[in-house]
Amino acid sequence: MKAASSASPRTGRPGIAWAIPGVLYFVFFAGVPLVMVFYLSFTDWDGLANPHWVGGENWSKLWDDQRMRDAIWLSVLLTVLSWAVQTPLALLLGVWAAGKQRNRAVLSAIFFLPLLASSVALGLLWKTIFDSNLGLMAQISDWFNLDNADPLGSESGALWVIVFVSAWQWVPFHTLIYQGGARQIPRSFYDAASIDGAGTVRQFFTITLPQLRNTIVTSSVLMVVGALTYFDTVLIITRGGPGDATTIVPYLMYKEGFDSFNLGYASAVAVALVVVATAVSLLMVRLTGFSRMRSTREGM
Amino acid sequence: MTQTTTDQAGRPTLATSGHGHAAPKAPRRRGRFSWHRVNYAAGAGAFLWLVIVVVPLYILVASTVQSRADYLDKGPISLPSDPNLDSYQNVLEGDFPRYLLNTVIVTVACAAIAVVLSVMVAYSVVRTRSRLSRGIFQAFLLGLAIPAQAVIIPVFWIITKLQLYDTLLAIILPTAAFSLPVSVLILVGTMRDIEEELYESMALDGASPARMLLQLAVPMSRAGISTVAVFSALTAWNGFLFPLILTQSPENRVLTLGLYDFVGEFRVDIPSLLAAVVLSMLPIFTAYLFARRQLINGLMGVGGR
Repeated sequence: MKAASSASPRTGRPGIAWAIPGVLYFVFFAGVPLVMVFYLSFTDWDGLANPHWVGGENWSKLWDDQRMRDAIWLSVLLTVLSWAVQTPLALLLGVWAAGKQRNRAVLSAIFFLPLLASSVALGLLWKTIFDSNLGLMAQISDWFNLDNADPLGSESGALWVIVFVSAWQWVPFHTLIYQGGARQIPRSFYDAASIDGAGTVRQFFTITLPQLRNTIVTSSVLMVVGALTYFDTVLIITRGGPGDATTIVPYLMYKEGFDSFNLGYASAVAVALVVVATAVSLLMVRLTGFSRMRSTREGM
Repeated sequence: MTQTTTDQAGRPTLATSGHGHAAPKAPRRRGRFSWHRVNYAAGAGAFLWLVIVVVPLYILVASTVQSRADYLDKGPISLPSDPNLDSYQNVLEGDFPRYLLNTVIVTVACAAIAVVLSVMVAYSVVRTRSRLSRGIFQAFLLGLAIPAQAVIIPVFWIITKLQLYDTLLAIILPTAAFSLPVSVLILVGTMRDIEEELYESMALDGASPARMLLQLAVPMSRAGISTVAVFSALTAWNGFLFPLILTQSPENRVLTLGLYDFVGEFRVDIPSLLAAVVLSMLPIFTAYLFARRQLINGLMGVGGR
């Protein structure tokens, strides 16, 4: 049937062969590595010689590694904080930006600017601003006669800086999602509510929020999976420090793999990361229903 | 039969092409009375966010036009007393132009690969009668969930084995591959909207699949193709992990990696460091002025991965 359809002159339909270059290319650079990382997690490899099989050694080491436990805890903490900071902001801004007024369109255009820059460029900008000797922080502590404020020097401060910088970078993206979602809500809902005398705040909680339920799921899944893989920002701004205060799982993997060249062990960390990220997104999607999520994504 | 099932699977696309007609027909207006109240509160909130977005960008630009001594003296927020472009000159006389050239090469190559391959995949997935089409589509859907960090170690291995380590190709190949899933989803969404009758009338003229692709599917999916091009170009321009792991020498350095290295080079010359940051963002910000719609659509793809 395949062969017949691919060459059918009557319909002129393309065969599956058209897809093969793209599929092979993607499988080669993403599918195969996904399998290989499992294999590598059972080997000892320094990046130069060939990997050699060591069985479950990396995994038992990983299980007992206090740094890994700390890294998982920090990743979870960072993810939860990022979600809690970004969701309300993006939701409110998105609903606001959904209005078609001219001034809103202009402001939205400015709001999306941070999305255009690389994490590296933004990381450097914020690193400079938070610098305790030269940056804005130094100036602010001068003005208020504070002791030298040094957020990057304290453990919780550094984590909050990461939360803040990634919010600054990613809130615009989620605003876009909520803007798309809010524009899908039929206007008649609001008209009916205002006839009944419901005020704006009430309308927000009884119409906008429930209607955006699926958009919230979409945005949250992307946010959580995104936060689990923050890496550039951490590398640029804190390098996992002070101490190990911002050494989240992806950064631990990088440090093990490409600073210490324990690539076998780093592969085990990577596998753990894949498993956690997949589990979290599947869980969130399952709990809320993927089919319902589709309808909101279409509006984007 | 196959066609209808893939149709359903095809729904959860990023469907960015729909941006235009997905927008509501009329602006949403609320009750006359509450209208003004919400304007104040929301306006104040939006203004606050505007300050949060704009002040760092102001600091960024203002810092670059003052001298190093001025910056150390007065700090980042003051108005530059004697604005000059020395720091830009500083940066442009260094290695920056080479990094820029490398980035342009990588960006163009990634966009070209992503567009060509995803057009072919999407065309085949949408039009073929093969039962494999659904499987291929779902494979790309799953591929969306693979984080680049998770596979960077095997990719490093593959690139070394191919003897591509420390070449621009080492950056291009995996970067383009990782923008394929989103690209395919976008284009499948776009191509599905092309009406069957158009294909049929071409088929009556005895057109081959290749001719239908070039004369019908491609022209009709221009919006989707430009979204894919912008998305993959943006991903490549801002990409950091692959260059960081897969290249080493200054000859093959791209802008993001160059910026990362400038930190050491300019240690306390913050105006020059930030000038490099500004210069790296300039091309995209300029493009934003002219092609806002396409960029925003492309951005939806960036976060979607």
